[in-house]
Amino acid sequence: MTASVFFGCTFIAFGPAIALFLFTIAREPLRVIFLIAGAFFWLVSLLLASLVWFISVQISNKDSAAQQKGLLVFGVVLSVLLQEAFRFAYYKLLKKANEGLLTLSQEETMPISIRQLAYVSGLGFGFMSGAFSVVNILADSVGPGTIGIHGDSQHYFLSSAFMTMAIILLHMFWGVVFFDGCEKQRWWAVAAVVASHLIVSCLTFQNPEYVGSLVPTYVILFLMGVWAFYAAGGSLRNLKLCLTCKDKDFLLANHRPR
Amino acid sequence: MDLLSSKWLVNLLVCCLFVGELSSHGCRCPRSRVISGRVRARARGGSYWCTSLLLFVCVCVCVYFIFLAGVGCNSVEKKIYVNLNYTVPCVRLLNATHQIGCQSHLSGNVGVLHVLESEENLDWVLHSGLTPPYLVILESSLFTRSIMMKLKNGSSRVAGVAVVTPNANPSQGTSPHTSCPNENTGVYTENYDPTMARCNVTVWNPLGTGLSYEEFDFPIFAMKEDNDTQVIRQCYMDHNRAGNGSTPQYPLCAMQLYSHMSAVTDTATCMRRNNINFSLSPEMVCDPLSDFNVWASTRPLNNTAKGHKEGESVVLAAARLDSRSFFFDIAPGAESGVSGFVALLAAAHALRNATQEAPPPRNILYAFFHGETFDYIGSSRMVYDMEKNNFAVDLDNIHSVLEVGQVGLHAESRLWLHSDPVSRKNSSVNEELILRLQSAASGLNVSVEEPGFSQPLPPSSFQRFLRARPIPGVVIEDHRSAFTNSFYESMYDNAEYLNISYPPDLTPDEQLEYVTDTAKALTEVATVVARTLYIQAGGAESRLGSINADPQMVTRILYGFLVRSNNSWFQQLIPSDLVSHLTDRPTNFYVGVAQQPGKPTLLVQYLLANLTGSTVNVSQDDCWNQRMYSYLWVQGAAPPNSTERVGFCMRSAARLSKALSPAFDLHEYTSKDYSTWTESRWKTIKGRIFLVASHELEMLTLGVGVGVLLTSLMLTYIMSSKADILFSSGREPANATY
Repeated sequence: MTASVFFGCTFIAFGPAIALFLFTIAREPLRVIFLIAGAFFWLVSLLLASLVWFISVQISNKDSAAQQKGLLVFGVVLSVLLQEAFRFAYYKLLKKANEGLLTLSQEETMPISIRQLAYVSGLGFGFMSGAFSVVNILADSVGPGTIGIHGDSQHYFLSSAFMTMAIILLHMFWGVVFFDGCEKQRWWAVAAVVASHLIVSCLTFQNPEYVGSLVPTYVILFLMGVWAFYAAGGSLRNLKLCLTCKDKDFLLANHRPR
Repeated sequence: MDLLSSKWLVNLLVCCLFVGELSSHGCRCPRSRVISGRVRARARGGSYWCTSLLLFVCVCVCVYFIFLAGVGCNSVEKKIYVNLNYTVPCVRLLNATHQIGCQSHLSGNVGVLHVLESEENLDWVLHSGLTPPYLVILESSLFTRSIMMKLKNGSSRVAGVAVVTPNANPSQGTSPHTSCPNENTGVYTENYDPTMARCNVTVWNPLGTGLSYEEFDFPIFAMKEDNDTQVIRQCYMDHNRAGNGSTPQYPLCAMQLYSHMSAVTDTATCMRRNNINFSLSPEMVCDPLSDFNVWASTRPLNNTAKGHKEGESVVLAAARLDSRSFFFDIAPGAESGVSGFVALLAAAHALRNATQEAPPPRNILYAFFHGETFDYIGSSRMVYDMEKNNFAVDLDNIHSVLEVGQVGLHAESRLWLHSDPVSRKNSSVNEELILRLQSAASGLNVSVEEPGFSQPLPPSSFQRFLRARPIPGVVIEDHRSAFTNSFYESMYDNAEYLNISYPPDLTPDEQLEYVTDTAKALTEVATVVARTLYIQAGGAESRLGSINADPQMVTRILYGFLVRSNNSWFQQLIPSDLVSHLTDRPTNFYVGVAQQPGKPTLLVQYLLANLTGSTVNVSQDDCWNQRMYSYLWVQGAAPPNSTERVGFCMRSAARLSKALSPAFDLHEYTSKDYSTWTESRWKTIKGRIFLVASHELEMLTLGVGVGVLLTSLMLTYIMSSKADILFSSGREPANATY
């Protein structure tokens, strides 16, 4: 539509992710590395899923719309499952790397905990997923036109941007919950992550009924956020302490090092 | 930059960033530490493993990104834009003092569509409309000088104009050319005869509006009445039409037109900019209009011996090849150019046998000049070459000139003979010529007369010869004073205007052979010209009866140039590498800027070779030009039994001579004597339609984005500064981590 729409949608889609990156990841090189490696793992999963989909589309009947729709559903489900599989593979790799890093390092404690790794890898997945979702759309939003000459809804750019923001944050929450579930051998948590990912992806088939896909996605985002908060070590008591600014007294009372 | 290449760039940048990050961070871990002996080997192996993994990662990622970018076809773009398929722009032309034509911004002109209903409706566009700038869609009946001048004056609110050209010619005549064509470069200047300069005696083109010579700073495109135009009208009806006096609501239908021209101001400026040598590949901004003249002679002339030829006396038979219109590359030129040179071609064919069996004492030189519309490019070049002894003959060798002008429309079968009153006073050759013309026309169905009063010559190539020498000559036209051509140099000057019509249900080959009435009339003209040329060259009067033009030939040539050039007869006459130049549409006679001869020039050359030359039994390898003759290999026809064409070598005196204005050879870019026309260069010419949203909605989106960014920055800062407290429960004692 113009530069203002381009920047508006970019900030909506990547605003939280940029903020998280700037304040929590950018200063620690180890976190940056693991972020990028996580993004790469997501990329490989997408590569595999798209290869399978591409081959299946080539051998399918291109004229049958029902078959193409079916193939699309199959492609989405396969992609989700592959992403979660690669998340598990990354978890295994990180466990192994942790032991290796501990051997190499001169300090006795781990430079990075598995919780931080969960958050960073989730955010890495989210960055790359968001980029692939929205970069092409942003490139087209720079031109002078907006969607609608063939009768489509005008709110395409805005809803894509909001959906992307939700997906990035969701990947981060899924990462935290997933790794926590794997650590504590709680396989039902892992299954819940996979299921919610499937639900969110399949909700996008509701488009162009953007309300039908965005509102449930944000509900799931909120629920997963709460779950991830608890899995990362948060609690209601901590939250109340922070909000009522009693945290300094709490620290002094418990003699914890910052 | 188009969207596909911008995606390539984005993907490549992400790829490079990824590679850079990984290679800078990744392999630093093992090497940057002081490693004890126990782990040295492991570290070295670790660094090799690290490097190879990184390389593999980089290759994978890059291949992936490039693969992704290469799978083109962007469906989001298809949802937004509808690209227009057939768009013909008006381009910028420059001469010594002015620039004419149209210009758009570098990134295209965007305007809200408005279909103009009448001249009063212009008020909405120019004053009362609420969403300027507007892009005005005009029907061809509204494409008049008054409307265009009003749009030009209000050009801050006008983003562009699109003219819908109808399939049939309008009933009213209109010509976008000036009313006095080529008034500064003809022979009638203040020095020659002030009473006759600047069309004081006769305004040759009274219907001329001069639109082609105005300068517009918005793009003007022509569109056909096809599906795209229907889509445009439908879009306008759905979104832009104000119902019952209410204002139309966003989103509105808009169009974007790209026709950015690189050259500005005038020829001297753009030629100077052409020669700036700052970079290895200098960027040209304009090119001079040039093509080639076609000439042939009945007795072959030694083309390598240039300059004056002793004892040669030549009768020059001239015609004009080119034409133009307001829009780029549409120039059917049926009456303005084609009628004249087709008559001369047919005359040359009629004279072939007579000049070979009983050759007359004088030579006859047929000359077809290109670029005459733009201040006599072709004829001024030939005169210049003759003066500088760069042509096969000299100006002193020319005995007289007979030019065939616009002869296609003669009502009541009358032809008019124009001559120059100033030079005629001193010459008796002129009187003889006119008498011979009249006697040649006797017994035929056409009458030739003089205008009967002292009138200057109409715009014709003969004027350039008169500027050099007072050569006797006559110009044959079908109008007594002002043009009868009411579509002079217009896109409507086509086969329909000449009344070339075929019965329905004929195949293209049958149409090629069908002799139309126009062809019959033109044949009469050609016979008059041929007979006159024969006597003027000194031939015997007794042979006149046997000199007749062939109507079959005339109708085929007219069909080939005005209806469809891809026909079986043209295909036989040209070599195989020119077959791709033949199209299913009428030939375009705009002079153009190519360094190579244009398509119509080559077609006329091969036609002239076929009509005045003869076949020789020579193989293709030996078929090349000699001093006296030109040899051309043509592909010929396929014999009835096979599909392979049998080619042959055509020997004739038909040659090409460069038609580039002498001003460019002399580097006099502000010359008043020669043509200085150049055409600007451009990068993209295209158009597309889409919907635009209101400015408020765009600002709202930006505001929401900035708000989301600031909120998330603030929240993240707060959370990260209190992270120890927030995420503290469930943590083990400080000395053990997991």
